[in-house]
Amino acid sequence: MKTDLTDTTSSKINKALVLGRRAIGTPAVGMVLTLVIVTDEENAYDALKAANEASREHPSRTLVVIKRVSRSPRDRSKARLDAEVRLGADASTGETVVLRLYGEVGDHAQSVVLPLLLPDAPVVVWWPVNSPTDPAKDPLGALAQRRVTDTYAAEQPIHELTARADAYTPGDTDLAWTRITPWRSMLAAALDQVVCEVTSAEVEGEEFNPSVELLAMWLAERLNIPVRRSASTGPGLTSVRMETSSGPIVLDRPDGSLATLSIQGQPDRAVALKRRDTAELIAEELRRLDPDDTYATALKFGLERLDEEAAVTAPEVVVETVAETVVESAAPAAPAAKPAAKKAPAKKAAAK
Amino acid sequence: MSAVHGANPLRDAADRRLPRIAGPSGLVIFGVTGDLSRKKLMPAVYDLANRGLLPPGFSLIGFARREWQDEDFAQEVHDAVEQHARTPFREEVWQQLIQGMRFVQGDFDDDDAFEQLKDTIEELDKAQGTGGNFAFYLSVPPKFFPKVVQQLKKHGLADQKDGSWRRAVIEKPFGHDLVSAKELNEVVHEVFPPNEVFRIDHYLGKETVQNILALRFANTLFEPIWNRSYVDHVQITMAEDIGIGGRAGYYDGIGAARDVIQNHLLQLLALTAMEEPASFDADALAAEKTKVLGAVKLPKDLGKSTVRGQYAAGWQGGAKAVGYLQEDGIDPQSKTDTYAAIKLEIDNRRWAGVPFYLRTGKRLGRRVTEIAVVFQRAPHSPFDSTATEELGRNAIVIRVQPDEGVTVRFGSKVPGTQMEIRDVSMDFAYGESFTESSPEAYERLILDVLLGDSNLFPRVEEVELSWKILDPIEQFWDKHGKPAQYQSGTWGPVEADEMLARDGRSWRRP
Repeated sequence: MKTDLTDTTSSKINKALVLGRRAIGTPAVGMVLTLVIVTDEENAYDALKAANEASREHPSRTLVVIKRVSRSPRDRSKARLDAEVRLGADASTGETVVLRLYGEVGDHAQSVVLPLLLPDAPVVVWWPVNSPTDPAKDPLGALAQRRVTDTYAAEQPIHELTARADAYTPGDTDLAWTRITPWRSMLAAALDQVVCEVTSAEVEGEEFNPSVELLAMWLAERLNIPVRRSASTGPGLTSVRMETSSGPIVLDRPDGSLATLSIQGQPDRAVALKRRDTAELIAEELRRLDPDDTYATALKFGLERLDEEAAVTAPEVVVETVAETVVESAAPAAPAAKPAAKKAPAKKAAAK
Repeated sequence: MSAVHGANPLRDAADRRLPRIAGPSGLVIFGVTGDLSRKKLMPAVYDLANRGLLPPGFSLIGFARREWQDEDFAQEVHDAVEQHARTPFREEVWQQLIQGMRFVQGDFDDDDAFEQLKDTIEELDKAQGTGGNFAFYLSVPPKFFPKVVQQLKKHGLADQKDGSWRRAVIEKPFGHDLVSAKELNEVVHEVFPPNEVFRIDHYLGKETVQNILALRFANTLFEPIWNRSYVDHVQITMAEDIGIGGRAGYYDGIGAARDVIQNHLLQLLALTAMEEPASFDADALAAEKTKVLGAVKLPKDLGKSTVRGQYAAGWQGGAKAVGYLQEDGIDPQSKTDTYAAIKLEIDNRRWAGVPFYLRTGKRLGRRVTEIAVVFQRAPHSPFDSTATEELGRNAIVIRVQPDEGVTVRFGSKVPGTQMEIRDVSMDFAYGESFTESSPEAYERLILDVLLGDSNLFPRVEEVELSWKILDPIEQFWDKHGKPAQYQSGTWGPVEADEMLARDGRSWRRP
């Protein structure tokens, strides 16, 4: 059921929630968290849809905070809060409140959200777009244990990554990082199969996709090796190649769904590696609400260091050559570095 | 070619997004055309693959008498997956799985077939990189166990070669009494070392059963009252609404007690009653379970503290049902129990004097499994007796299936001017607070077999102790009387109600 409240307050919304629950006859629901989605009107529908799907796995109270744009001085001086309370079949397994903030109240969204948080349950804030530079210092972000951003949807994804690293606070996380979990798990599984030493790696993916950078930094940090990045036409990540003491290990996914794992001396194997939709990403994100230390270390590894180390070892090793052992000498500081993170970012918003 | 996880620099204990993926391995299913395999095992393998928990190159070999080609087998798996899998069907996952699917046709005494199985395994090691690690799932009637196990030995399929493993997975029943259980264990252990034998009790793979340990040992709320000072008694129920169906051949002569109490219910009892294990590893858990099963004591008068029954004709949930003795393939003189209720005591400081009532049956009111810990009444009540007339005993009920969750029952004042106290329930439902579909028990168990994690598998000692508990009861039943008749669709024979009434208690209606 749906209740529309115009020019309202948080306490009236709370009352509507209680009344609504009584009316549909399900007074007690085992909601495990409050998910706050901060977005604009344009992205609200998709984000809410994804959150509702994810709520099948994590029943939650979902608060959608939409700041309306005021187009005249009169609008700006007037503050108004409208709310749409959805319960039961209209809100998947939890409760949904869509909050529209007009005028001045838009700057005080936390005052609206705070009274609506579930008692004792963890709070997650998700910015599908336009995330603040320092999520933990954001008034809404400060309410949350977990702050989900998405550098993939940013105007300058690569630049944004560096900003995230500088501002990192435990509890921050990035959907661009969530996206590569299947890759990471498959690469780890590949190294379960062969005992070898990895000497270098290359990550290939579409341009302006920060997942490439994150995966590269993770590999560089964990394996202590130079990792190069290269651009392809996508979709998403397309290939990871690790040079090892027992031949190359290549995980190649040209079509965004079925990948091939090739290990030298072993037959090629098909592995399912489908690109996941936002609902699945959010569901994974909500599974654990403690700080993701692995993300933090990968992020803080830093793009500069990644580029430096990739440049030090001979970058002209082309794809075909099987580098048996890349000599790890710092001497030949090859200037011919051709790192992937080149050029200024173009305008295409890489979002969907 | 061993997969040592510690040596893999990409693995990190702090990285909790990365799932536990099984190492390179394959699964061989004997009796692959059976119901269990189609309804549970194949869908579980697919669901695991879909969740990304199987290693690349995971292989599945079916072994059965049917004259199938690899393609027919793949088609069969495909159909089974589409019908029974928990997760949606995805083509790319299927493409990954199908590459490692093979079928070997043959009888269990057919040497050629086992040679062919050996070749297939070697071929898969080359083509799929399974690294020689194979689990043999014996989804066959127990009388074939010795044969299959011997064949595996004869053809060198059970040899644990350097760095690779071979495991045996067996299903209940683990014998029909202590002697036969020991024989079976000898047969299996002669070929497979004890730590490579996995006995499936699918109840232990259920989330709710694992949650018993979380509920008890991760909280402070329950453990202080989990003892004889507060607990009045414990009821463990597993009820089925179906009859024996087509299992007449298997069921007659076995009966409810051997089929259910010996494994499922005694395992539930062990988890409910055991002391806190030193850690959550397999050895520590097994030690505590063995300890508590060893402390189980049978009542002196078995005639008064056990009841067995047979369902008679009646109506079950709106459908007419025939009685057990009228079922096809059942001897009209059969004394097999389709209902069994027993009272056990546990001889230790925590539980002395607290009876554990275990009951199971077919064609009962509805399908339900639950553990109810019923507490003593308050020693003193400031309210007068009319106020608390409707107040029952407090209880914590762990609902194992269906509608998994935990219920706490306690008294609450009824709104109004009078003081009147009535029972209310506080409910935690898995479906509400967590994912709508938690993994199937078999998914978890198969993954654990591939990972070599034996936490959720009963060990030899537990199986033997369980038979030691049940054997005297079965012997008593053999000599005395015959099963009481109960109408289908009811909650069992009146004798069972009388048994509890003698103790001043009554069965919960689950």
